Amino acid sequence: MSTTREIEALANQEYKWGFVTPVAEDSVPAGLNEDVIALISAKKQEPEFMLEWRLKAYRQWLKMTEPTWANVHYPPIDYQAIVYYSAPKTQKDGPQSLDELDPELIRTYEKLGIPLREQELLAGVAVDAVFDSVSVATTFKEKLAEMGIIFCSFSEAVREHSELVKKYLGSVVPSSDNFFAALNAAVFSDGSFCYVPKGVRCPMELSTYFRINAKDTGQFERTLIIADEGAYASYLEGCTAPIRDTNQLHAAVVELVAHDNATIKYATVQNWYPGDKEGRGGIYNFVTKRGKCLGVNSKISWTQVETGSAITWKYPGCLLVGDNSVGEFYSVALTNNYQQADTGTKMIHIGKNTKSTIISKGISAGHGQNTYRGMVKIQKSAEGARNYSQCDSLLIGDKCGAHTFPYLEVKNAGAQVEHEASTSKIGEDQIFYCRQRGMSTEDAVSMIVNGFCKQVFRKLPMEFAVEAQKLLGVSLEGSVG
Amino acid sequence: MLEITNLHAKVEDNEILRGIDLKVNAGEVHAIMGPNGSGKSTLAGVLAGRPIYEVTAGGVTYDGKDLLGLSPEDRAREGLFLAFQYPVEIPGVSNMYFLRSALNTGRRHRGLDELDAMDFLRMVRGKMKLLGMDESLMNRSVNEGFSGGEKKRNEIFQMAVLEPRLAILDETDSGLDIDALKVVAEGVNALRAPQRAIIVVTHYQRLINYIVPDFVHVLYNGRIVKSGDRQLALELEQKGYGWLGIPNGTLSPAAVAGAESVLAR
Repeated sequence: MSTTREIEALANQEYKWGFVTPVAEDSVPAGLNEDVIALISAKKQEPEFMLEWRLKAYRQWLKMTEPTWANVHYPPIDYQAIVYYSAPKTQKDGPQSLDELDPELIRTYEKLGIPLREQELLAGVAVDAVFDSVSVATTFKEKLAEMGIIFCSFSEAVREHSELVKKYLGSVVPSSDNFFAALNAAVFSDGSFCYVPKGVRCPMELSTYFRINAKDTGQFERTLIIADEGAYASYLEGCTAPIRDTNQLHAAVVELVAHDNATIKYATVQNWYPGDKEGRGGIYNFVTKRGKCLGVNSKISWTQVETGSAITWKYPGCLLVGDNSVGEFYSVALTNNYQQADTGTKMIHIGKNTKSTIISKGISAGHGQNTYRGMVKIQKSAEGARNYSQCDSLLIGDKCGAHTFPYLEVKNAGAQVEHEASTSKIGEDQIFYCRQRGMSTEDAVSMIVNGFCKQVFRKLPMEFAVEAQKLLGVSLEGSVG
Repeated sequence: MLEITNLHAKVEDNEILRGIDLKVNAGEVHAIMGPNGSGKSTLAGVLAGRPIYEVTAGGVTYDGKDLLGLSPEDRAREGLFLAFQYPVEIPGVSNMYFLRSALNTGRRHRGLDELDAMDFLRMVRGKMKLLGMDESLMNRSVNEGFSGGEKKRNEIFQMAVLEPRLAILDETDSGLDIDALKVVAEGVNALRAPQRAIIVVTHYQRLINYIVPDFVHVLYNGRIVKSGDRQLALELEQKGYGWLGIPNGTLSPAAVAGAESVLAR
């Protein structure tokens, strides 16, 4: 049928944001042992407790095995072939302002459409930009500091705010949590740290752009955000990466802590290199993200738009400890060509009257495989707990797949748990209807898919939502059928 | 404006249209009638460029252009509008956004400026009134959760906004109660104009009591077996299709298997 063919033809466009920036790298040799970990720690001038923590995690990791339960398939990863640390050379002394940055770096960001200067001036977004493993620019820090907000690279936090780091690091995702979290704990390179003190509402969206650029360098980011009593923080994370022939491992950890009456919103737009049309190359994204609603009436909200990576393994979850605390998970995951995604959430209800909402939208195109895997666990203590889950899958073409694995564990008879799921195929009748009204097939597909994702997009900050819609359009090009 | 010559078309392996000849001039209203499975909806679909149909012989010119050589979206941009028998639901896309996108693609095609949301709203308010469209329908997803009547009304509302030059109404009366039918017919009548042609496809006489056609054609087994003026429709009403030698209740099995099932899914 001609429409199917046209739609499939739309999917055959190359990744638009793939490029490599020629920046001199300062790398540690490939492979992992205690010496490499000590070297990483030394290069980052970390206090003793940090090295001990890393080594402990490494020893735990050695005893663990890579998980195989996810519905994803990839050749074995040789962990000794990975380079665990690299930093742009020019950054050794640490830049004092944007002017000190390697101009090549600035151009990279400009190609990505995120000129730091413009963001600083126009958008009012504080950017902690991670280029490979070292933070190279932090803006608006002073303004935030006036309010008592700490927003800096993780390395800096380890040096300057070690008491906070010591207190919260691993308190949500313990280093022994899982294979990839343990690996991250041993070798994490950098990331972001944010602390919002009591009663402070962070006045701007905090934002980080990650890039993977050093050849064969695994990225092991670590992010820790703490909202103290009554505080509010909203964090945006967006990623793109250059084209690579070899697979790149990414194992990040994000921990969020919300105290009494605090709210944290964490939004991700992830667009790492997904591999080429035959499924070669692309990022392996094995991420552990978890938030702890520690205090009463606290709230943590995850919103993710996942369009990149060859493999996505990611379950941002919430531990609902405080009474009346709220956890939310809004997700759009798109797989095209040979991409595989196994993603979802974990909502663990511990406190009384805790509430969670899960809205998951999976889109599969080409040969893409999209799995929703979600756990809702209501513990005995969670009187009056409520959960609502909705998982919708949209199929484009007939070579892709959608899978849903909801796990429910309810130990309190008074809890209310609702789960709704649907699978639909993008209809030729829908596309024809749009075309009969004058729209091109491409616009029709984009409109239909964006409509499908609307519930999630409206949870994103405005400018991010626009970016996400564009990204979805780009990711779908040449994929529809 | 529209000239159909010896048009043959099939769906999968079933030949549905077996030589249609029809000429429609600007300003005219034509009714195409016939029993189920005679090929009425196929004809409407072929004219709009529905991909499931394959034209096997014959041709269609529209304003002197080869209509069949145009993509469905280009036909739409050139002013051809199909009011669907089964309007399609598009969850998450507001009726307002959808229609504005449609209008603006047409405007771009004609070299006009696009309308922003405010201008658009001003422009459509009067037309909403004409079709009795509640403002809440505009903010709901396209056809999602609409009643049968609301869907049909929405089709004619879109037609009123897009102001096509050739409108094809495919079984617009099906599923409408008499009040809704009157509203829809009034909407269509308000759009009758010297520069516009309308083709009304219907099984029943009912609709053309309200939208009075200039010409009536009876389609059977993929061919136009009789043409006339409004009188023909009235005779059909009294005597049934059997009067034309068409067995009562006859369904052409191939057509039913092909067209209707595909359209209804």
